Amino acid sequence: MPEIVVEASRAIALGVKLCKPKVIPMYPITPQTHIVEALAEMINNGELEAEMIHVESEHSACSALLGAQAAGVRTFSATSSQGLALMYEILPIVSGNRMPSVMAIANRALSAPINIWNDHSDAVSARDQGWIQLWVESTQEAVDTVIQLYKICEDHSVLLPGMLCLDGFTLSHVYERAVVPEQEQVDEFLPEYKPYVKLDPEEPITMGPIAFPDSFMEFKKMQQEAMLNAVEKIKEVNEEYAEQFGRSYGNGLIELYQMEDAEHALLGMGTLVGTARVVVDELRKEGHKVGLIKLRSLRPFPKEDLIKATENLQGLAVIDRHISLGYEGPLFSDVRSALFESDLRIINFIAGLGGRDITQKHLRKALLSLKEGKEGGWLL
Amino acid sequence: MAPSEILVPGDKRLDIAKTKPTKKGLKQVRIHGRGGQGAVTASQLLAIAAFHDGKYCQAFPSFGVERRGAPVEAFVRISDEPIHVREHVYEPDYVIVLDPTLLSSVDVARGVKEDGIIIINSNKPASEFKLGTKAKIETIDMTSVAMEIIGKPFVNVASLGAFAAITNEVTLESIFKAIEQEFAHKKEMGELNKKAAEKLYKMFKGE
Repeated sequence: MPEIVVEASRAIALGVKLCKPKVIPMYPITPQTHIVEALAEMINNGELEAEMIHVESEHSACSALLGAQAAGVRTFSATSSQGLALMYEILPIVSGNRMPSVMAIANRALSAPINIWNDHSDAVSARDQGWIQLWVESTQEAVDTVIQLYKICEDHSVLLPGMLCLDGFTLSHVYERAVVPEQEQVDEFLPEYKPYVKLDPEEPITMGPIAFPDSFMEFKKMQQEAMLNAVEKIKEVNEEYAEQFGRSYGNGLIELYQMEDAEHALLGMGTLVGTARVVVDELRKEGHKVGLIKLRSLRPFPKEDLIKATENLQGLAVIDRHISLGYEGPLFSDVRSALFESDLRIINFIAGLGGRDITQKHLRKALLSLKEGKEGGWLL
Repeated sequence: MAPSEILVPGDKRLDIAKTKPTKKGLKQVRIHGRGGQGAVTASQLLAIAAFHDGKYCQAFPSFGVERRGAPVEAFVRISDEPIHVREHVYEPDYVIVLDPTLLSSVDVARGVKEDGIIIINSNKPASEFKLGTKAKIETIDMTSVAMEIIGKPFVNVASLGAFAAITNEVTLESIFKAIEQEFAHKKEMGELNKKAAEKLYKMFKGE
């Protein structure tokens, strides 16, 4: 498997290419654009046999994604920020129709004030729309995760769409080393797409009809069951991937770092986890028993794994790159809810909004504040 | 800058003898340029060159809104170990200044380590630059070399030759490989950039 130095956006495009999607509806928006630009180039060069649909808005991009997937092919798109917001009307229609489309979200702050830089407000706000969300830390993880996502989403026990969430700029525009798998390996790992149902004039079916009050709840219950099935499927695919490609990410849902004897820990998603690894290493050298929990899967939410991972902890600081205005960090709400039966002290920090750098100093402060019994707050 | 063909280790075209750089540990580089001058490209090439030297690397831009002529910063990390840190570069070991006119508006010495080096594209002696830092200042006339060899003031790629000579953090061979890779579709320009990089390298090494 060749290792290269590659921009994360391009690496994702290379990963997508290996999965052979047939339709890629796209609408450009910073900082996602490099992903679809690279795909457009691959299609133009004849390296990827797919149709790129240049639509007039993200609303149409998501609609075309749904339509193409319904017609029976693997699809891909990418967006950011207000682009994802404009897709909002269609997001639950894709998931409600159980279409396993995959999108990359180069996470960017939602306006206003207008801001092109990273935070998690776009995708976290969309967490209730029935899409699996896997959050990645590095270029390598981004490539591997896009391949994994197709396999997870398309599994007949799941049949849900998935978002690959990566930090805009902070990851999307970084050049670093990554191994891009070989086509034969991916072909072996990810079988050709066989739709569970599709629109076919020879065998007409109706998709997306009205569900009356006597059946709507059953549909939602089935979607919830599919999400819960995804918990196991994400783990399984993570293991299979490790066997075939030699790389895995924790148990697929969460990854633990220096947690064996940790008393206090940080929990977060995305690139801040990388910086946190360095901070944990430094604090360990100074004698602090600290650790790190990387949350990879926001939906489905790995409740049981979090309970287990935090059994021996005394304190946990949750870093949110988003705030549910009027309440608190939404990741914090989720984590605290999952752990409400434990005695663990959990505090919340809001950090890195609108591209504000999350520094080693910030994360060090968060961990030490936790240890000293202080409250959370804003890491400005 | 998105090559469709990427040379990887093992490729015969990369089969050139290479001298290993000797430095160890994480090194951070900040490149100052103006929008359109290619500071970001230079950072990417430096990362690729470090990779060919067997190092881990990370290159990223200052994430601004691109405007031609506006001050631009690009960053590189080079290490023998995998690089996990994702914060901006606050304390660079090395600074490259592609355009000396930036000095009037940008504090290029910001955060630079005391034992660091600031490399300025200038025909003036280093002693003429008072930057309020203990870091070493090296000047080298990249523009003249670029004008002479390329015929245009393209100093971004060539500056890496000076960087290799001054810092020994990366080999000239690997910079050549990175240039060949990134200029695969503009071979002539690639060759001119290699020549300019080599000249700057030799100028500093006194060859």
